[in-house]
Amino acid sequence: MSTRLAKGGRLIDRTAPQEFTFNGKRMKGFAGDTLAAALLANDQILVGRSFKYHRPRGIVASGAEEPNALVNMGVGGRFEPNQRTTTTELFDGLTCTSQNHWPSLEFDIGVVNNYVARFLPAGFYYKTFIHPRFAWKHIFEPIVRQSAGLGKVPKERDADRYEYAYAFCDLLVVGGGIAGLQAALIAGRAGKRVWLIEQTAHWGGRAVVDGVEIDGQPAEEWIKNALQALVGMGNVTLRERCMAAASYDHGYVLCDERLADHTPGDGRPRHRLWRVRAGQIIAATGAIERPLSFAGNDIPGVMLASAMRDYVVNWAVSPGDRTVIVTNNDDAYRTAITLKEAGLEVPVVLDARANVTGDLPQQARAMGIRVEVGRAIAKVKGGKRVTGVAICAHAGQGAVLEEIACDAVAMSGGWSPVVHLWSHCGGKLNWDESQAHFAPDPARPPLNHDGSALVVTAGAASGRLLTGDVLVDATAAAGGDDAPTASAPFEAAMEPVWIMPQGAPVQLRMKMWLDPQNDVKVSDVQLAAREGYASVEHTKRYTTLGMATDQGKLSNINGLAILADSLSSPIPQVGTTTFRPPYTPVTIGALAGEARGEIFQPLRRTPIHDWHLANRAYMEPVGLWQRPYCYPRTGETHEQAVHREVRNTRANVGLLDASTLGKIIVKGPDAGKLLDMLYTNVMSNLGIGKCRYGLMCSEQGFLSDDGVVARIDEETWLCHTTSGGSDRIHAWMEDWLQCEWWDWQVYTANITEQFAQVAVVGPNARKTLERLGGMDVSKEAFPFMTWKDGELGGFRARAYRISFSGELSYEIAVPASEGRAFWDALLAAGAEFGMMPYGTEGLHVLRAEKGFIMIGDETDGTVIPQDLNLGWAISKKKADFLGKRGQERPHLASPDRWKLVGLEALDGSVIADGAYAPAPGNNANGQRNTQGRVTSTYFSPTLGKGIAMGLVKGGLTRVGEVIEMTRLDGSFMQVRIVDPVFYDKDGEKQNV
Amino acid sequence: MLILECPCCGVMAEETELAPGGEAHLKRFGAGSSDEDFETYMFARKNPKGVHFERWRHAYGCGKWFLAARCTATLEVFGTYPAQTTEPPAELVEKIKAKRPDWKGWK
Repeated sequence: MSTRLAKGGRLIDRTAPQEFTFNGKRMKGFAGDTLAAALLANDQILVGRSFKYHRPRGIVASGAEEPNALVNMGVGGRFEPNQRTTTTELFDGLTCTSQNHWPSLEFDIGVVNNYVARFLPAGFYYKTFIHPRFAWKHIFEPIVRQSAGLGKVPKERDADRYEYAYAFCDLLVVGGGIAGLQAALIAGRAGKRVWLIEQTAHWGGRAVVDGVEIDGQPAEEWIKNALQALVGMGNVTLRERCMAAASYDHGYVLCDERLADHTPGDGRPRHRLWRVRAGQIIAATGAIERPLSFAGNDIPGVMLASAMRDYVVNWAVSPGDRTVIVTNNDDAYRTAITLKEAGLEVPVVLDARANVTGDLPQQARAMGIRVEVGRAIAKVKGGKRVTGVAICAHAGQGAVLEEIACDAVAMSGGWSPVVHLWSHCGGKLNWDESQAHFAPDPARPPLNHDGSALVVTAGAASGRLLTGDVLVDATAAAGGDDAPTASAPFEAAMEPVWIMPQGAPVQLRMKMWLDPQNDVKVSDVQLAAREGYASVEHTKRYTTLGMATDQGKLSNINGLAILADSLSSPIPQVGTTTFRPPYTPVTIGALAGEARGEIFQPLRRTPIHDWHLANRAYMEPVGLWQRPYCYPRTGETHEQAVHREVRNTRANVGLLDASTLGKIIVKGPDAGKLLDMLYTNVMSNLGIGKCRYGLMCSEQGFLSDDGVVARIDEETWLCHTTSGGSDRIHAWMEDWLQCEWWDWQVYTANITEQFAQVAVVGPNARKTLERLGGMDVSKEAFPFMTWKDGELGGFRARAYRISFSGELSYEIAVPASEGRAFWDALLAAGAEFGMMPYGTEGLHVLRAEKGFIMIGDETDGTVIPQDLNLGWAISKKKADFLGKRGQERPHLASPDRWKLVGLEALDGSVIADGAYAPAPGNNANGQRNTQGRVTSTYFSPTLGKGIAMGLVKGGLTRVGEVIEMTRLDGSFMQVRIVDPVFYDKDGEKQNV
Repeated sequence: MLILECPCCGVMAEETELAPGGEAHLKRFGAGSSDEDFETYMFARKNPKGVHFERWRHAYGCGKWFLAARCTATLEVFGTYPAQTTEPPAELVEKIKAKRPDWKGWK
């Protein structure tokens, strides 16, 4: 059984007991424990069930690589699934539950999958669920969804907050082991701005547990001194509990700092997402021990050898009373020695190698530990925990030589460098035959913007596993040459062992787990190879090897070695799968940061915004703007409010906040020339004081934006754009000006936010302005499609006589700072004339009644002005303009194009938004042919019926024809094609 | 998240400050051009694994467009230069040739 040792435990504080619960069971641990250490201290060997076969699973590792020991953490707003117990720090009051079982961890019905495992091989789902087709949706998918997945999805809103932070440094050192510390020391002394981050709460990595000496001091002492030196350097920043999730182009690194995971509810942000820009990155990310593939290697109690000594040394936890050790290298003997020194039994060390002569094995032998060479585990015995092992010759097929009772197994298959940060941005790897791992190739690093190496690895991440080599490599990585000396025992070469015993028959291979989290076994990878999956990327997807939340930290190398063997290819030729960010999962909350709720995105507010809110406007987003949709009164629905606003505007006078309208000044000797290229019609000959409606197209000829242009003076034009289009159109102008016609003398300025603009619309508009007093707004002094500067009610104003509603209308711009006061003055002046504000929906209805198009409704990037009967706004005289050549293409000039018409349901109802008009016959895919679609559809309160605009083949030549259009329920309605101008076709109302 | 130096204001700008604009040094064909020329101008784009000339705008900085020569495979930036030109500066071409002897030239 696993238990807490009476003595030791360098990271725990025995004076600070902590209570926690696992599946409702109360347990005790100490401050400094990880949850995994505390569970083991309470003899909780069984911690979860596997993904596919629901096999019992225990803790395998002691760090980020843990595949099995994932739990649901917390409750309510702090519930989080798939939390690794090995990286979760214990705190008083922690609650967690195990995952993927029903009804309980001990008795799980899903374990029947284990007994039919032979019928659930790799690709089972792909092969089984193809036929019959209907069964997938109605039978298979619901069952698979019910049983798949590990943790539960949180149900409540996250109770915590998260934040972003930005940092810039010359050098980012990732990993606070001795390599990272040494690299940071060198760079810090050289005066560089250094960031040193460590994903755990502790510095020094494995060095203390492994008992090495540096510069004649115990590692613990050297680490303490190094830290002290670094803390004393003003140019060095240290961050612990900070994981480098990803490295991106040109030194952009995303780091996830876990501030309050272990102190929930203390008021601090739970995580801080650092966006670091580093001149260079040193990845001192260490190495991860590989498991060995032997039958029963997933039974709870089988652990990585290094993890086992971590538990003993760091947390004084004994994973078992009697531990069998199985290895192919010298390092695992450290575990044997550590266990023996802690007073625990090591019945035998099974070493697959034939010759075992290193210092550590010799020391183990001298301590009286039995060492068997050329031996392997034939099979681990036990169910929910290990009860013993059967021993065989490694060279054979698994004939049992001896059985030994034990309650834990420590395995070591060698070490693989953690190369994720190196590989994220394209660093290449070499296969190291002697250590049987992929290590960074320093000749092919990921590159920085200046062509230098963006990432350099240091220490074990470079494949340097011995302490002396680690320090030399780390010193060189940081540009130093004076490395500390280390004293560590001589370690003899390891020998690659991919399956154990090497001749294991299929019965054994079916019990050898490669990826315990996704339940992928040696036999699955071999099956994939037999079925033709020769590429490692395909095998990964077919078997799901390495696709679990641990991303194959333990399984990938073993898996591709098996694949290479099955394909009879060398391992480097098979290669690795792509390393993708993040290194360990980053919670969505951290990625979202503060961007949620009201501050999800930036908001643009007009100067009149607060009035809208105070008057209960229902707001809608328009780009980043918030605009009033309508102003519902007590008891009114939104629809009723819109109808009232439209009727009042037609009958009396309405007021619209049009401040969002784009306003761009184009000025200079060549301004007219530029506008003649940008607009489809001629703008250079527009008279000073006049307004003209204009269209802009892309080079392909498609309609992109529209608006009214006003000629201000000889060299100045003011271009109005759509509300959503001002930034885009300004950028478009600048693009042509800077990159194509850079010799033209023109300046542009986007002055959208400098002005508040208010539309005064309706038969009483003139009376309202006259009441306000100021400039002459009479028909004679201020005709339609002109503009004037002057005063209105004491405000400096620029008024345009333009109309987007068909009514008598003035759009008046005043300086933004005076916008709200001007709005209030207009409301006061208009009160006696029945003035009411109207919103964007009213604006839409008013324009649709007049058949005016709206960019984004009538256009979608495939529509040319000619489709919208706007040929009159396209100059025939101009030699060229943007889009002219595009519109000359045969398809755009075809008479078969769908063109704008008005549409009315015969029964007067409102046609569905986006409805299509079917045409006879089917297309090549067996789908119904179409001949048109609706682009805008509203109920017209003015006409008392539904009105719509749409694009229909043949366009206005078909006026009067009745066609069918779809309803949402799939049935059809009868619709008459009519003129798109539904109201005041002769424009008598606007020209008064 | 590239870093490009804006040749107008001199800022080492990161990608969040920049707006991409596709391939550089396209010759515009407008009204009256042949179908072939217009098609090339509108649609034919290079997609090399290696040296590429592209347009960027320092959109959230000085607002100026500029051009950059960059390796699409390694992300190495050979240089940036103002947009008011129809071909890359000679010294930049020489620099790229020195670094990428197999490069076939910018056209």
